[in-house]
Amino acid sequence: MTLALLALAAHYVRAIQYTPVEATQGMAQKIFYVHVPAAWSAFLAYGIVGLCSALFLWLHDRRLDLFAEASAEVGTVLTFIVLTTGPLWGKPIWGTWWQWEVRLTSTLFLFFLFVGYLTLRRSVYDPLERARYSAVVGILGAMLVPFIHLSVWMFRTIHPKPIILKPDGPSLPGSMLSTLLEGFAIFTVLYLGMVMVRYGIGRLQEEKEARHAAAS
Amino acid sequence: MAALVFAALILVIFNFARDPTVLRAQELAPSALWITITFASVTALNRAFAVELDHGALDGLLLAPVGREAIYLGKLLGNLVFVGFVQAITIPLFVLFFNLDLHGALPGILLLAFLATLGFTAVGTVFSALTARVQFNELMLPVLLLPFMVPPLIGAAQVSSKLLAGRPLAESAGWLQILATYDIVFLTLSVLVFPAVLDE
Amino acid sequence: MPPLLQATGLRRAFGPRVVLRGLDLTLAAGETLAVVGPNGAGKSTLLRILAGLIKPSAGEVMLDGAKLTPAEPASRRTVGLLSHRSLLYDDLTVLENLVFAARLMGVADPRAAAKFALAEVDLSARADDTPRTLSRGLLQRAALARALIHKPRLLLLDEPFTGLDAVASERLQRLLRERRPAGLGTVVVTHQVAEVWDFADRVVALVAGNWALEEGQGAPLDDFMRRYREVVPA
Repeated sequence: MTLALLALAAHYVRAIQYTPVEATQGMAQKIFYVHVPAAWSAFLAYGIVGLCSALFLWLHDRRLDLFAEASAEVGTVLTFIVLTTGPLWGKPIWGTWWQWEVRLTSTLFLFFLFVGYLTLRRSVYDPLERARYSAVVGILGAMLVPFIHLSVWMFRTIHPKPIILKPDGPSLPGSMLSTLLEGFAIFTVLYLGMVMVRYGIGRLQEEKEARHAAAS
Repeated sequence: MAALVFAALILVIFNFARDPTVLRAQELAPSALWITITFASVTALNRAFAVELDHGALDGLLLAPVGREAIYLGKLLGNLVFVGFVQAITIPLFVLFFNLDLHGALPGILLLAFLATLGFTAVGTVFSALTARVQFNELMLPVLLLPFMVPPLIGAAQVSSKLLAGRPLAESAGWLQILATYDIVFLTLSVLVFPAVLDE
Repeated sequence: MPPLLQATGLRRAFGPRVVLRGLDLTLAAGETLAVVGPNGAGKSTLLRILAGLIKPSAGEVMLDGAKLTPAEPASRRTVGLLSHRSLLYDDLTVLENLVFAARLMGVADPRAAAKFALAEVDLSARADDTPRTLSRGLLQRAALARALIHKPRLLLLDEPFTGLDAVASERLQRLLRERRPAGLGTVVVTHQVAEVWDFADRVVALVAGNWALEEGQGAPLDDFMRRYREVVPA
């Protein structure tokens, strides 16, 4: 985890100092190195929630549920980062705070999915029930993500906006691309680090509850 | 019925809120229509499993020598019939009040209504059992369901716009495919996960 | 003759909490078994396992030689449950409720079966009333009709006398004694020992997930109660 944080700091430095400033957008574009990797991790997080949910319903291992929970909480944070860095980037570039473009819209709904999942968890007290119901929502939610992406994408294709940003793709010059890829790697590691920490906390909590139950 | 009153209300509001010179009825109608259908569906879904809580009737269903999947399909059918009924009344009303010229779009609209409704009702039925079991407050269901309504509603609104503008149904083949796939995927998934909701 | 109901090694845990700790249970056709115990002892859980509603964590239940489990819907066909809740819908009349239940349980002529069941519990006069208008005692009789409508081989009663006044309680007991089909096995679960003492052939006490006491018919109630109080934590 510490390693991840150090790496994150290093990444920032690299992004700000060493990567060439992008021609039309200036310094603001640097947010992109946080925004995009964060988005990738956020979607990864929900994918993991879905996977753990499915495995839980099959294998009934409580640890899978705890892992899903950890992933969801971390994912919410990451999604929030994406949703805030988006407008921060957008205002100087687009002139508006929000655009209903594919990535932001998909991320917005991903955020709703996370919030719904976590709200559900908060409302059920029995750990076994909570695990079961969360798993149901988790699986359905994970399947939904590709559909949302697809629908919004099709919607955008029909109503093209004057400026569609295509932040990534091989059209980036080499140094920017490598910084971006590094960003992906770092955010993935960051995600894993945060999830492991959160998962560890979850396990400890569960052990504490088990000891309570046994004593009473 | 609350759902029908809602529909009428929305019609009236939309009509008075717009400036007829700026926004043609044709453009507004799809949005208004689908919002109404959404409200009606959520109302239906909220009630679907609530009725099983009286006197523990859900146990009665669980005791029956039928699989949990059968309970799901039964509820799903019930919900579809209810929403279908609301649509059967609402759609003609819309045509009437918005003075829509259908251009023979009606079969397309009906197909659309069916596909979209099936999609989110499939998931909604699962969630309504969930929220009934845990006795959440009534807002939980819409909160959970909202993201699931997005793909069908985008598709439905887009295609109905086109249909009302006189375009042939075949042009919207892409959207229809998405809707159909959505329905198949989520119907299957819902049938598979539903028993987990009723387990103890 | 093999027993009607045979359960072996029933264990049930909810997460870390163990509710049933490996129980065996045998019931012959026509026999009535009462399971008594303090609240939280696991009686309802046991009953729900016997009803095929939940799965035990370990052990199995055999009814009439066939395995009874939630995964096998058909195995529930011969079980009837009378709970302290009536399982009826408020918006349907009593008769409609019974017809629905009959259809649900796969009974051949639902309407006839419903009418017959109502007559058996002396409730025909209220056939067209809704559950809302019935007193608790009448509601339980309607619930009994529902429980027996498909002519089950096993009848499970979960705290059936809860909330009934003395008259209604006695009425229900009489109905259960007189109107039960021969060969029906009955398991009744309650924390009120006195209510079922004359009603049951055998009484067993379930305390903290284990069998604690057993007594056959005809034994003095006081004796049992004395021993019962010893094993039940205050």
